[in-house]
Parts: sequence; structure tokens; C-alpha cells
Amino acid sequence: MSRPLSISALRKRYGDLPVLAGVDLEVAPSEIVAVVGPSGCGKSTLLRLAAGLDTHYRGEIRVGEELVCGPHPAVGLVFQEPRLFPWLSVADNVAFGLSERRGGEARRLVSDALAAVELTAFAGALPKQLSGGMAQRAALARALVTEPQVLLLDEPFSALDAFTRMRLQDHLLAAWTRYRPTLLLVTHDLDEAVYLADRVVLLGERPGRVVDVMPVARARPRDRRDPTLAALRVALLEALHLERDSRLVTA
Amino acid sequence: MLPWVLPAVIVAAWWSSVRFGVFEAHQLPPPLVVLESALGQWRRGLLQQDILMTVVRVAEGFALGSLVAVLLATITGLSRRAERALEPTLQALRTVPTLAWAPLLLLWIGIDEPPKVTLVALGAFFPVYVNLAAGIKGVDRKLLEVAEVFGLRRVAIARRVVLPAALPDLITGLRLGATQAWLFVVVAEFFGASVGLGFRLTDSQQSTRADLMLVAIVCLAVLGKLTDTALRWVERRLLSWRDTLGTRGAQ
Repeated sequence: MSRPLSISALRKRYGDLPVLAGVDLEVAPSEIVAVVGPSGCGKSTLLRLAAGLDTHYRGEIRVGEELVCGPHPAVGLVFQEPRLFPWLSVADNVAFGLSERRGGEARRLVSDALAAVELTAFAGALPKQLSGGMAQRAALARALVTEPQVLLLDEPFSALDAFTRMRLQDHLLAAWTRYRPTLLLVTHDLDEAVYLADRVVLLGERPGRVVDVMPVARARPRDRRDPTLAALRVALLEALHLERDSRLVTA
Repeated sequence: MLPWVLPAVIVAAWWSSVRFGVFEAHQLPPPLVVLESALGQWRRGLLQQDILMTVVRVAEGFALGSLVAVLLATITGLSRRAERALEPTLQALRTVPTLAWAPLLLLWIGIDEPPKVTLVALGAFFPVYVNLAAGIKGVDRKLLEVAEVFGLRRVAIARRVVLPAALPDLITGLRLGATQAWLFVVVAEFFGASVGLGFRLTDSQQSTRADLMLVAIVCLAVLGKLTDTALRWVERRLLSWRDTLGTRGAQ
């Protein structure tokens, strides 16, 4: 059973510049939440804090009951770039986080994770031999292999072309079905947000705070052509513009 | 075939320049005379002795110098504090032309083997140290973050991420260090050795035996080349994962 991720009254500043001004966000066990917002709204900062890469903040981040104060074994993170270790094979990259486990069990976990992203045939390949989409799938497998209860994704598909991106979104859903982690996805792609998420959280900019939350009440598998998703996308777009307009008025 | 064309041209030019009187035979003995002298030295057991002694000095000095360099570079690369304590001194020492130490070393450690090996070690030390230290500094922060997310400790990060990532620079340093080691062994043997290729050079100069000097020079060229070939073989084996011009087409 995966654990919830609870973020409450999260504040972060870089020097005098406030980046996050009191973010409250509750992600239920095995829920998929997408965070969207204009660039510079602190989306990536939010994930870095939740991953424990930066511990200078005010407020609380909890995984289940546990406070996050540094990298947590139950929290996985997929970066915007694959960040594979170029000197390790795909299988060894995926096994990177398993160093403490025994040989046989580790091998089984690695082959499961590779199968979940359909990379079994490339287990022995080096990162330089992979396409961008395959490299990102390997990165996803590396994050999943430790069976994290919370998986954070920082614009994981933003560097890929539209077709590869759609395929990877389906890979992500398949992997999520297999591992059922609580999933927090930062993206700037509204189609991606409404296709993947149970709820879409809209972050306002400078400083970042939650300005709207929209549930996506459609069962999976979803149809990308579903008019409900299109309508939601329009609503999100309008909310983003409203947010910007109100800022212009107050400025 | 292609790599042998230029040496063949050089030998041909060498032969014809003596043959057609550009140089006197006592200044530049023709190739066959040099070959005969080499065989003569071999029969008297002197050539083997010279080569063996010089190779041993290079091997000892190179091993000592690069070992100390790897240790120091790892320490200063990983600890800010060690860097602040050691780096300025090492940089200052580096600006002294390393050969300037030779007379002092002889005064301190005598004319036996230790000063020669120390001088060779000193020659190998700086290229290895400088390259590895720069390599460690240049390790991609993004890869370090991956290891941090998995909760790796500092020593594990050094072993599993920093050193493999800096390996290309280490090998560059070793190759430069080996070249320096061959340079320094000759200088070390200029000062009061009784055997070795460097000694044979000064000795033959005093007895105006240009043929024996050329024998020593050709031996040094061959040995230096063999060392570099060996290190390049290691490089190709260990660094086939790199995606560079040098590894293009290699699998």
C-alpha cells in the first residue's frame, strides 16, 4: 500500500525572493496529481523540496506520517533529463539504487522494472545507444525499481517530441498500474496533465501558491480525444489567463 | 600500413642525407651503422642492462607519483577543506619548473636510486594530479543529485559516481604523466648514473659516439611509444562508454 504525500504551508525563498508562499497539497495514496503553472512559479522547487534535495524551507512535507528532511527511501524522483550514468549499462543504471540488496533479488527487481517500461531487450545497452525516449524510460525504471511509495516527476517528457511523449505517458500509466505509487507530476503540458492526472493543481506565479484545483473525473484508460478532457484543458487555460490578468491589474 | 609511411620516409631521408654528404658520418651515422652498434651493445649485454634499469626507474617513479597524485586529487576534489588547505601550495609548487628540483634532490637524497625515482615521481605527479582534480571538479552536478536522491553517503558517491565520471580525465593525466616520467628519467640519469639510457647518452657524448646516442634515442622513442600504446589500450577498454569522436564506431 502506498502512502500519501502531504505538503502543508510550504514556504521557500531564495535570498529575498519568495518562491513558494504557503503551498498546501494533499496527494492520496496511489493518486496521480499534476501540478501546472507558468514557468517560474516554483513547480520544480516544490518537487526538489519534496524529494529532500533541498531542506531549507518552512512548513511541512510528510510521506505518510514521516517528515521529509533529506532524501527518503520511499520517495523516488524522475528528472527532466534522463541523467543516466553513461558508464553503466541500462540494467546497471536501473540497479543503481538497489546497491544494498542481494544479487538474485536485485536481478529480479531490475528485470521487472525493465519489463514495466518495455526495455528488456536493451538491458545490456549503454546509454549512448538509446534514443531520448528510451533513455527517459530507463530513468523511469531506475526510479521505480526501489518500489517507492511516492514518485515525483519533474517535467519528465518535456524534452521529447509529441509522439514519443504520448507513448511515454502510456508507459508511465502502465508502470503506475504495476507499482501503484502516489504520483506527483510537474508539467507545463496541459494535455498531459488532463490525460494522466486525477486532479490538476494550478500554481500561481511569484510567489508560487495553489490558485485552483480541478478534478479529472474520467476513468482510465482515457481517450485523448475525449471532449471532457478538451473542456478541462480550456478551463485550465482560462484559469491560467485569469491568474495572469489579475496579476497585471494588481501590479 | 599508413602509420609506417612517415617513419620509413624519415629513415630513408636519414640514410640519403649521410649517403650524399649532407652530414658527416661521425655526426650522423647511417641507419645500418646504428643498427650494428645496437647489436654490438646487445652482445656485450649493455643495451639490455640500460633498458632494464631505465624501465625500472620509470615504472617505480610513475607508480609512486601517480598513486600519490590520485590520493591527493581525490581528497582535494571531495573536501572543500582539504582543497583550501592543500591546493594553493600545490599550485605554487607546480609553477616551479619541476626539473629545477633535480640538483636539490641529489644533494638531499644522494646519487643513489631514490633521488632518480623521486624525480621521475615528481614529473608524473603534476599531470595526473591536475587532470584528475579538474575531472572531479567537473563531474556533472545532475548525476550527483541522482545519487543523493537514492540516499547514498559521501564515500559511496565518490566511489560510484565521482571517480567513474572523472576516469577519462584520470587517464588523460596518466598518459601525460607517463610522457613526463620518460622525460625525467633521462634527466635523472644525466646526473651521476652508471647505467641506463640517459647515462648512455651523456657517456656517448663524451666519447663522441653519435651511433650509441642514436641507439639510446631510438630505444627511448620505442619505449615511450609502447607505454602510450598500453595506456591507450586501457583507455579504450575502460572508456568505451563515452559518446565522443574518439569512441565513434567502437562498440
